[in-house]
Amino acid sequence: MDPLIEMLHNNSRRSHHEMALALGLTESEVASRIAAAEADGTILGYSAVVDRLKAGHRGVTALIEVRIAPERDGGFDRLARRISKFDQVRECFLMSGGYDLAVIVEGKDLLDVATFVAEKLSTLGGVLSTATRFQLKAYKEGGFFANSGGDEERLPVSP
Amino acid sequence: MIQEEPAIMDYDNKISTIIRDLPRSGIRDFFELVIGRSDVISLGVGEPDKPTPWPIREAVIRSLEKGQTSYTSNLGLEALRVGISEYVTKHFRTTYDPKTEILVTVGVSEALDIAFRAVLNPGDEVIYHEPCYVSYSPSIKMAYGVPVVVQTREENEFALMAEDVEKAITPKTKVIALNFPTNPTGGIMPHEELAKIAALAVKHDLFVFTDEIYSELLYDGRQHKSIVEFPGMRERTVLLHGFSKAFAMTGWRLGYACAPAPLREAMMKIHQYCMLCAPIMSQMAGIEALKMGEAAYEDMRQSYEQRRNLIVSRLNGMGLHCFNPGGAFYVFPEIRSTGLTSKEFAIQLLEKKSVAVVPGSAFSSAGEGFVRCCYATAPELIAKAMDLMEEFVNEVRGK
Repeated sequence: MDPLIEMLHNNSRRSHHEMALALGLTESEVASRIAAAEADGTILGYSAVVDRLKAGHRGVTALIEVRIAPERDGGFDRLARRISKFDQVRECFLMSGGYDLAVIVEGKDLLDVATFVAEKLSTLGGVLSTATRFQLKAYKEGGFFANSGGDEERLPVSP
Repeated sequence: MIQEEPAIMDYDNKISTIIRDLPRSGIRDFFELVIGRSDVISLGVGEPDKPTPWPIREAVIRSLEKGQTSYTSNLGLEALRVGISEYVTKHFRTTYDPKTEILVTVGVSEALDIAFRAVLNPGDEVIYHEPCYVSYSPSIKMAYGVPVVVQTREENEFALMAEDVEKAITPKTKVIALNFPTNPTGGIMPHEELAKIAALAVKHDLFVFTDEIYSELLYDGRQHKSIVEFPGMRERTVLLHGFSKAFAMTGWRLGYACAPAPLREAMMKIHQYCMLCAPIMSQMAGIEALKMGEAAYEDMRQSYEQRRNLIVSRLNGMGLHCFNPGGAFYVFPEIRSTGLTSKEFAIQLLEKKSVAVVPGSAFSSAGEGFVRCCYATAPELIAKAMDLMEEFVNEVRGK
């Protein structure tokens, strides 16, 4: 991966100045390369990785395993994109193995997600089956550990 | 019955004169100023900022579950020595027999200590370079040797110049001790200078002890070359290495020495009586670390390189001259332009801005006028520490 993109991927809040120094670029080079990556869709967006329970979020998240029928032209793409368009869908991946799409869905409660699955998802033409698995607790999210205090301590000065 | 007053022992005259006369480590003095303060951003450490990679820790948990808690061979577990032999062959292009030429030790510190003790007779001289890690001179003295210092200089980016080494050689010289990349300067050795030092060692029939602990941490696409790789060197070199820095395993205290069989055997005699063996848990960790190989540290190395670029730019930007070091994870900016000594600089920076750096003078008098900043610290903390240091430097200069 481009080192600048990798740096942003790890921490999108670092200043252009700091990234320029670390990578031996000028600030304007950093700014223009980021703008280009945003424009061509390399960078899809920016968000904070949040411990949602701590932030007061009481909604539910579910992983829905979806089997779909591939189409003659385009395989899984058309239907996968259609499913991705629903606001409830946070992530959608084509998978190898026993099912085709892993769809991560958020709702305000169980009923909300169940309704989405029953009324929107499974009624789409080409969707063969769904299996919904609700998330109970987050231990690691986006590379960060949830709910674990700093248990690694270094001496402040050592030889 | 009346208890007699216990006599006060004259400890000063009872403690070995060699030990009594050893100076306290300058790092320890500074450590005591910092310890207990939670508000400090520390650039004062000498170790990676990440814990040991999880697969290594997990392998040790598994070995504990299996009950692997016994002594091992004095030499270290055979599987570990085989792994070390393969790793050294790959990284230093020199092959050692795991049965007769490799000894697993409790860190490079022990390996260095027993290497000195194995070869030095009282009065033998050891040439080493300063500024350097704090243990070289004391280890030589504790082995009844005479430390002979050669200064490395900022104008040479703290590389060791062969002509300076040559001037220090006497009929009593027995060993040249090298450590590149170097703590505290980050200095590395140009290959041509290393070749000249190798030629000197051959010409004067000297041993070379080469401490390779930072050898994986080289930047700007450089390839490490050890002095052992030069003609005539394998027979006279003790290659000392360990897992602390590249594999983030400082607390495991695991190192090793590779040397021709008679030398390894001499070191082994000391090791078996004073240490018996390195802890088996650490040895299990070492086996797993070598299985991971470069995958365990390559991401960190790349990240250190970016942090180095950041900190070197910031230091030069605030008017503290700092050369761009080729290895390790330290920068060694010159602070003379502030008019402060390195100790004053470090203490005032700590008191006024809560940023900890280590005075260069803790690494010998050759380090006066410099401070050591470790950049194995999160980039955002480095950036914050540099902001604070810049404020401090401006205040000192009355800007």
